[in-house]
Amino acid sequence: MRVLLRNPRREIEIDGGVPARTMLERLGLAHEAHLVIRNGTLVPGDERLEDDDEIEVRPVISGGASP
Amino acid sequence: MSKCRACREPAIIDLPRHNANFCDVHFRQLVRRQVEKAIDDFAMLRPGDRVLVAVSGGKDSLAAWDLLVDLGYAADGFYVGLGIGEYSEASGEHAARFAHDRGLRLLTVDLRDEFGYDVPTASRATRRPACSSCGLSKRHLFDRAALDGGYDALVTGHNLDDEAAVLFGNTLRWDVDYLARQLPVLASRDGLPRKVKPLVRLTERETAAWCVVRGIDYAVDECPMSAGNRHLRYKAALNEIEAHSPGSKAAFYLNFLDNMAPLLADRRDASVATVGECTQCGSPTTGDRCAFCRLVETASQHEPVPVAMARRR
Repeated sequence: MRVLLRNPRREIEIDGGVPARTMLERLGLAHEAHLVIRNGTLVPGDERLEDDDEIEVRPVISGGASP
Repeated sequence: MSKCRACREPAIIDLPRHNANFCDVHFRQLVRRQVEKAIDDFAMLRPGDRVLVAVSGGKDSLAAWDLLVDLGYAADGFYVGLGIGEYSEASGEHAARFAHDRGLRLLTVDLRDEFGYDVPTASRATRRPACSSCGLSKRHLFDRAALDGGYDALVTGHNLDDEAAVLFGNTLRWDVDYLARQLPVLASRDGLPRKVKPLVRLTERETAAWCVVRGIDYAVDECPMSAGNRHLRYKAALNEIEAHSPGSKAAFYLNFLDNMAPLLADRRDASVATVGECTQCGSPTTGDRCAFCRLVETASQHEPVPVAMARRR
């Protein structure tokens, strides 16, 4: 499946057939710090992602001098 | 497939701190209720209040603006152009598009146009981290805009993660004066508007998810000048704890407000009493001139510095 990552923005291709939470673990990304979005829709951690899915892993941590 | 705790329909998000999953409808309900509870518990706002939302174009400030309008408040936005290259250009566009698409009023100020400097230049001129001059500039201009516009309160998008990270840092240093002032509501006083933080009961994962389900197109990319700052390291440490003990961040911050903040009231009152007025702009200050007026003087005389040259080392 194709996965869009951010900061910096880049795309990678990885095997599907795994839950969203497992994908984050394999990418070394914290669940609490990311959302998994499939075709524009949020998916929970136990949602199984398939090879033909287009996934965005969106970081949610903001830093610096927030307003 | 996981099911919504409330209705058993397919879930769109899992929230370990609530030990539950939620569908689109009930996630929205949860978020609204958390914001309403924050507003009620801390007496932040009254029905019909006219507020000014400090807007960055990111998820938290746009979520705060969206939620307050959704809950019936008369809310305008205020955006400060920081001059951080493409990041600021994109952020400003997100804020402007959000306001335009919803028919909301967005006020803007550009640091370079109005005061002759930008954040990268200020960082170089003062030899201090960019986040320092950025925060100083925004606080001053947000306060001034809220007072000049006669708003009932200035709203900021600080979320639970922001507050827990600041609390973590203040506690590591036992900085009692900062701890005493770390409240979700700060009353108005001479030269400062009332300030409220209605998102303090929401994690930033929840505010980002709110934006996704509401179709809010916010600036996802991070500020290039904030990478590696202390605040981000505190957040990562707290999220590591949260992963093993869900609910820890909420307990840390919200129990501080319940159990510790009341004990610091005397310290808080003492710090308020020592403030005077800036001889140049009239803002509250402990010296002759406020930090913002001194920053403008220093940064506006410095040759402009490109973002790439001013990034944190």
